[in-house]
Amino acid sequence: MAGFDKRVADYAEALAGLKDGMSIVAGGFGLCGIPENLIARIHAMGVKGLTVISNNCGIDDFGLGILLKDRQIKKMIASYVGENAEFERQLLSGELDVELTPQGTLAEKIRAGGAGIPAFYTATGYGTPVGEGKEVREFNGRPHILEQSITADFAIVKGWKADWYGNVIYRHTAQNFNPAAATAGRITVVEVEELVPPGELDPDHIHTPSIYVDRVIQSRFEKRIERRTTRSA
Amino acid sequence: MALTREQMAERVGRELRDGDYVNLGIGIPTLVANYIPANIEVMLQSENGLLGMGPFPLDSEVDADMINAGKQTVTARTGASIFSSPESFAMIRGGHVDLTVLGAFEVDVEGNIASWMVPGKLVKGMGGAMDLVAGANNIIVTMAHAAKNGESKLLSRCTLPLTGRGCIRRVLTDLAYLEIENGAFVLRERAPGVTVDEIRSRTEGRLVVPAQVPEMKF
Repeated sequence: MAGFDKRVADYAEALAGLKDGMSIVAGGFGLCGIPENLIARIHAMGVKGLTVISNNCGIDDFGLGILLKDRQIKKMIASYVGENAEFERQLLSGELDVELTPQGTLAEKIRAGGAGIPAFYTATGYGTPVGEGKEVREFNGRPHILEQSITADFAIVKGWKADWYGNVIYRHTAQNFNPAAATAGRITVVEVEELVPPGELDPDHIHTPSIYVDRVIQSRFEKRIERRTTRSA
Repeated sequence: MALTREQMAERVGRELRDGDYVNLGIGIPTLVANYIPANIEVMLQSENGLLGMGPFPLDSEVDADMINAGKQTVTARTGASIFSSPESFAMIRGGHVDLTVLGAFEVDVEGNIASWMVPGKLVKGMGGAMDLVAGANNIIVTMAHAAKNGESKLLSRCTLPLTGRGCIRRVLTDLAYLEIENGAFVLRERAPGVTVDEIRSRTEGRLVVPAQVPEMKF
């Protein structure tokens, strides 16, 4: 009897059921806190026609950028293109369907999606291209736009520590979109640096309660740094 | 002389108040962290989920899990907190951040701002900028007054896709500090050695020049 034991044997099992044309919501900000091994596995699986919801799309040769390069992504919902040259090229050429979404709206779409709230009003984006075609309603004398929430077929999440049941703790700013993403997948897969038996994590310190998590796996991470910036002693 | 990037950051630093929670955007706004007046305490918010951003780490302290919204490695100061992206934008959208400093391509006399794309040419994405301008009551925009070819970026109407509508009241350029009031830029301060005529010639939007326009001092 597996009970609440969400451990899987390998990455094939972690992403079993992922098929062409599915949607994936991913945690991470830039390259910080990205589920890099799950992304590498999706790359190796070669699934195509994906809709990916993530704040960024990695860089050209790491993170979600590798899925972009091999044309596995059909549609990208993100807030920032930034320095990802291939992302910007596919966007400007129209090869990739891109829904640029304000970062806070994106975070709230994922949070609300996971919380069962189908849409919400926000002042963010009113009067800009983001607000075009969206329902407008005034609250307290100020116009707001109606934004629809997001859920996905899969959520891929990077945690620091988890127990076998899928209670997750994140480390530093690698938290970012991960806890919201964890709530918004029909199947939520979490990869962590350290997987421990239930009882070893303090219940007071859990960021993502186990109920949101379907599969959990321990791995090693490169944790590439995008902009190493230091001061001298 | 036009202000240097450092002088612009220093001038913005004078607007900080003791006890302020402040979000600094990418570019010149980031440099403001180096010009926080010595006698006050401010807490820097980074929208990727850090309140209480500290200095860059020593080489030995670099941690891939500790970055700011510009993806630079950073540290957390004493009294900092770390949280998720939805929580971070609850602070921003909910109006809890006291001051926001961000860059722009264009602003206009109605307080509109454009900062995230040039159609057909360049798409950076809006990141958190649309949420920041919608959520903050107190925003300072730092930007170039005019393009290299002399074309003004302080306009009667923005030409690029907007980031926010009617939300900007204060602008610091490399030439001047201005406030947007009643459909005009009001010239409040000049960069050292820059004349009112020069500013006027580089401002396409309606410019109001008070009787006294002091020079900034550094």
